[in-house]
Amino acid sequence: MSETTLNPSASTPLWRRSVTRDLVAVLILAAVAVALFFLFPSNLALLTRIVAMMLLVLSLDLVTGYSGVATLGHATLFGAGAYAAGIVAAKFGITDPLLMLAVGALAGAAAGAISSLVILRGHGLSQLVLSIAVVSLAHEAANKLSGWTGGSDGLSGISPSALFGMFRFDLFGRTAFIMSVVLLLVVFVVLRIIVRSPFGMLCRGIKQDPVRIRAMGAPVYFTLVKMYAIAGAVAGLGGALSAIATKVVGLDSLSFTLSAEALVMLVLGGTGKLFGALVGTLVFVWFEDRVSAINPFHWLTIVGCLLVAVVLFAPKGLTGAAEAIWKRMRGARS
Amino acid sequence: MQTILSIGADALSYGMVLFIISIGLSVTMGLMKVVNLAHGAFAMIGGYIASYATQQMGLPFGVAIIAAVLGTMLVAVPLERFLYRRIYGAPELTQVLMTIGITFAIIGIANFAMGPTLKTIALPSQLQGPVDLGFRTIAAHKLFAAAVGVVVAIALWFIIERTPFGVRLRASVDDAAMAGALGIRTKIIYAVSFALAVGLAALGGVVGAQLLPIEPYYALHYMVTFLVVVSVGGAGSITGALVAALLLGAVQTTGRYLMPEYGEFFFYLAVIAIVCVFPNGLMGRSK
Repeated sequence: MSETTLNPSASTPLWRRSVTRDLVAVLILAAVAVALFFLFPSNLALLTRIVAMMLLVLSLDLVTGYSGVATLGHATLFGAGAYAAGIVAAKFGITDPLLMLAVGALAGAAAGAISSLVILRGHGLSQLVLSIAVVSLAHEAANKLSGWTGGSDGLSGISPSALFGMFRFDLFGRTAFIMSVVLLLVVFVVLRIIVRSPFGMLCRGIKQDPVRIRAMGAPVYFTLVKMYAIAGAVAGLGGALSAIATKVVGLDSLSFTLSAEALVMLVLGGTGKLFGALVGTLVFVWFEDRVSAINPFHWLTIVGCLLVAVVLFAPKGLTGAAEAIWKRMRGARS
Repeated sequence: MQTILSIGADALSYGMVLFIISIGLSVTMGLMKVVNLAHGAFAMIGGYIASYATQQMGLPFGVAIIAAVLGTMLVAVPLERFLYRRIYGAPELTQVLMTIGITFAIIGIANFAMGPTLKTIALPSQLQGPVDLGFRTIAAHKLFAAAVGVVVAIALWFIIERTPFGVRLRASVDDAAMAGALGIRTKIIYAVSFALAVGLAALGGVVGAQLLPIEPYYALHYMVTFLVVVSVGGAGSITGALVAALLLGAVQTTGRYLMPEYGEFFFYLAVIAIVCVFPNGLMGRSK
């Protein structure tokens, strides 16, 4: 019944209603981005980093929120994209930002497909341990192949050329921010289409009951591998974006800590909702930046207590809590 | 031959430390089905208490061990009552998040209270020197760690297999609802086992402090290792945890000796191989 009240013209076909909603969502996101651009002109680097993290968390949402795979190693895909984009720029001279993004997405998708073959072998605890093992292995590999990756010093020497040959990446990060927001909007719309598609529904079905889906005759393992590849492309885009914006790739982009943080952001915002991933990342990284400027350990204490509070009092995350309040207010009015 | 024996001696002591800490985690996972990522944090708390007791207060080592175990239990019991009890039986993701939150908070508080530097625990003179084993000399504290591991394994086996408490515990593991219906107070069993698990973590943290040095990020660094040991061994199995701890300790030590560059590689490759072949762990029960 909320469907009809939200959409006055209930007779319009379903696809057109969802297109309207997508448009509204994109407009809201774009408005927020424009507002942030003018409100915080000196923080554009931080905002670009937030967008890169949002892509990682969106990707994690596809795997964890929509498909029910528990992973603590999602930074593997982010790092693969970041290193691939960085290496082609620093070692092969491919400095066109769009090409770098494409390379990052491809590398992320490949890393996603390959790592999923291992991670999907386990369930529950063993799945978590496998994902941790995968990200640790990737971290070690990047550390040892220092000829390619710069090892623990990080990969530097990435100098992306001007976007479309016209817009140079300026000192204030304006170009980088605008490019990242456009990228985010495109990815967001594509993902909304994917999660609504029959394929997306199949993934949700697998999350709810894999046995039944298998009994229906759908390939559980292969579907999840496909979803993992898509998620890998998204996370790889995020990694490539961070490589372009910061011009350096560090080992921390392949770390267990980043994986755990991404999971925290996702749950903070709310799993199984694309908006949740965006809200959680924005809130988390913004506060992290503010608090850890004072003392990084205070931040750890606060985020720890916050996590416990979210699990106990708002298991559906910030967006879930907001929805509940919204519904109660509507209920009180009518 | 000399190298093999040396590796064996080091691997044994390292594996035993892993076992002492991980067996508590194995009990929590097998019994309460809680993926307790904060387990390493409890080991760290034990280490801090022992360090404070020996360095600041000048207490003897034996007293410090007891203080560490009891002190950590004192911290853990209210946590069990108010936080953990709510997530028994919850999905893994929820448990991971809450326990990671607890870990983060403990790291922050530990740093605030004790500072970011490494803390050492003063050893008694008997444990400081080397001991001659015939083929090589080995640090006495390593032998001590191995001995404690053996004692813990035997004591746990005795408690679980031979005492009334063990019977109730095994009954609650098999079927908590049925055990409750038969008059076993499962909540108390859970609380006691949790305290026992945490006490073992603290013991391991103190005994292994020479191998796994105590600092605020201890909880995060070694947590993965403990989790891996339990997963490879199979949750809830003493023998499994012992075999896994010794096996992984051997893999890691051998890797460090022979190919120091790629030590961690072998460890994680071994983990992936074992978990892929035995998804429920070496000795775990299939679900």
